[in-house]
Amino acid sequence: MTTETTAVTTQVYRVWIKAPQEKIWAAIVDPEWNKRYGYAAPSFFDLKPGGSYSSTASQAMKDFGVAAGFEVPDTIVDGEVVEIDPPRLLVQTWRMLMAPTTAAEPFSRLTYEISESKTQPGVCKLTVTHELAGAPATAAMVAGTDEEGAGGGWAWVLSDLKSMLETGSTFGE
Amino acid sequence: MTDDDRVFKALADPTRRFLLDLLFQRDGRTLTELESTLAMTRFGVAKHLGVLAEAGLVVVRRSGREKLHFLNPVPIRLIHDRWIDKYTERHVTALVDLKNALEDES
Repeated sequence: MTTETTAVTTQVYRVWIKAPQEKIWAAIVDPEWNKRYGYAAPSFFDLKPGGSYSSTASQAMKDFGVAAGFEVPDTIVDGEVVEIDPPRLLVQTWRMLMAPTTAAEPFSRLTYEISESKTQPGVCKLTVTHELAGAPATAAMVAGTDEEGAGGGWAWVLSDLKSMLETGSTFGE
Repeated sequence: MTDDDRVFKALADPTRRFLLDLLFQRDGRTLTELESTLAMTRFGVAKHLGVLAEAGLVVVRRSGREKLHFLNPVPIRLIHDRWIDKYTERHVTALVDLKNALEDES
């Protein structure tokens, strides 16, 4: 069987959040919101197909880099908006620049889908699909499986996002 | 039933934990692939996958004609953040280390 030998390089994450679609959308694309949870690095989107995407290092990251003896670049993730249908769908390319290993890998493809729950009113389903063909170092980083690496990856980021939208505070606050 | 209840119920079964471990080793498998590793009918495996999907621990994604099963670690992360952190993760880690050390000796 062909599927037995095909390495699947896609990761899928899903979380249910008690918040309206528009609020979850803003939490992803608005730097005033997206700098508050997860790695707390603000992300900037030019919200049109072909528009640029970048995430800049937070002061905490730069301080950490200096203390650990390496330089953290100003732009830590870059990419491009591929498809957009607010507040339901965002497809973008995504490349992590913080480590030389991930910066040398091809752009990955990241899809955010936000839909209202059919059974629970007021609850939305957020699905993050990260297609990481040819990008094993990036894949290990975002999966949070790399012990020496950068924390909990997508599962941790989405848990923190849910916490922020439902309780008003994040783990770091 | 709350979301947490569904996750705990799903994790309470050894076959379902085994399925999650299989997906952790290699993600995005078909029912046929998962079925081949278990001494169980296709219907039985599908039923267990249904419970895991309902708890959000498995997400099904279509790829062409195939239905691929992906491990979704977010509900486990939520339980970790909600329960483990609360009851001092440091102590829990110490006990897990002790258990591993003692079991390695035997």
